[in-house]
Amino acid sequence: MSEPRREIAADEIDARAAAWLERRDCEDWGEADRAALDAWLAQSLAHRVSYWRLKDAWSRTERISVLRGAAAPVREKRSAFFKMFGRGVAIVCTMLVSGALIYKYAYSSGDEWTYSTPLGGHETVRLSDGSQVELNTDTVIRVANEASPRKIWLDKGEAYFQIKHDAGRPLTVMTRGYRIVDLGTKFLVRQDDDRLEVSLVEGRARFESVNGSQSRPSVLKPGDSVIATANGVSFKKESALALDATLSWRRDVLAFDHTTLADAAREFNRYNREKLVIADSAVAARMVGGTFPKNGLADFADVMKSMLKLRVSKIGDEIVISR
Amino acid sequence: MTDTKDHRENLQAPLTEAEVEAWFVREVLPLEAILMQYLRHNWRDASGFEDLRQEIYMRVCEAAYKNPPERTRAFVFTTARNLLITRGKRAHVVPIDAVADVDMLGIAADEPGADRKLIAREELRRVKNAVEQLPPRYREVVLLRRIEGLSRREIAQRLGLAEATVAEYLANAMTSLARILYRETAGGAHE
Repeated sequence: MSEPRREIAADEIDARAAAWLERRDCEDWGEADRAALDAWLAQSLAHRVSYWRLKDAWSRTERISVLRGAAAPVREKRSAFFKMFGRGVAIVCTMLVSGALIYKYAYSSGDEWTYSTPLGGHETVRLSDGSQVELNTDTVIRVANEASPRKIWLDKGEAYFQIKHDAGRPLTVMTRGYRIVDLGTKFLVRQDDDRLEVSLVEGRARFESVNGSQSRPSVLKPGDSVIATANGVSFKKESALALDATLSWRRDVLAFDHTTLADAAREFNRYNREKLVIADSAVAARMVGGTFPKNGLADFADVMKSMLKLRVSKIGDEIVISR
Repeated sequence: MTDTKDHRENLQAPLTEAEVEAWFVREVLPLEAILMQYLRHNWRDASGFEDLRQEIYMRVCEAAYKNPPERTRAFVFTTARNLLITRGKRAHVVPIDAVADVDMLGIAADEPGADRKLIAREELRRVKNAVEQLPPRYREVVLLRRIEGLSRREIAQRLGLAEATVAEYLANAMTSLARILYRETAGGAHE
């Protein structure tokens, strides 16, 4: 409490501390330099903490000097990061999609099977080829019968596709005038009233419009996200963290990260019969973060009440949040 | 490094600079990997992680000057939790997970420095591994400095770079190394 803090970002202090450490190793390091470093350290605890941390790390690398004389100690190695995104989707489940299968929300109409979930539902459909489709709330998909080329239509809602890749028989997901062709993939497709969003999680997929209105197909890579609205198609890059939040429904929770109350309410309302209503626009613009069970409206409202000091009232099937 | 027994006997005596540094390096830094996990789990704004970490370190060191906490682990994580809660209020973001009990994270057990008690060979493997993970240009200057023992000027001559560039590479390598070394848990690297 005694010292001013947080004026400068941690990485900036780290950079300065590292510069000091580097200079300290130089042969022309003298008394004056020593005094200047001491003064810098005395200035703030932030400087000391950063310097101590880097000094310890750097001194640990002295150990590699024992390798002196050993030939080429460093070998190129692929990092764990690349391994994570490597191919190989191991799904062992094989369940035949045939007339005999009775699936809760499935029915067949000759050429295709339809699967659906109700409001708040969450089901996993396993296809005979080892692929797997996870359906979020209020969702309808149709799967073409085995004889046909592999094809799935997302008619409504949101689904997470984990495709067993077969180069000879690529799987296509059709939705709202667009086509997503799997090139060995896990991806998420979500339809809202006026927009379609495809997020690629692993592998690759090609995104293209069915009638060729979009100038050229795009190959999506992990972290890529496409948003298509009536106004056109846009792309963005999602961080691993944001992607994780987007997929949180697969764990039956909703994760918010600097989400406006209006958007958080909209999310909850996708899953529950009981609806959250935000009374005025100032409240709707407040930001929230955190993880809640998807049916945890009451918990959420409680937190808004105690932490943001908002008023919560229950009117029929609605939970109204206001100032 | 000072003798730990001495601290225990006069807990009330304020610590010297060198003692706080030794305590910080010995007991707090080995917690960095799990602390970052905790931050990642409880705070969704990734851009703020390093600043939060720094702030937590400052708070625990500030306390240590007066009196080093007996249970460092519990103290570090309580500090982290409290910081997330006050930050959450200030940013009008409620980090709901942060309210969860620290004990639930299974990090309450206090074994000071256990993570650091590594045999020399294991430590060498770790450091080598960390150096291997550096971007090639940084790795090169680190190896020339540490293995060949070259000075900044000699490295500059060898690689045909300006001395200022070498200094910059070395400094960047140092911050990257700290990240790699402290974020790596006993099992292996992540991030």
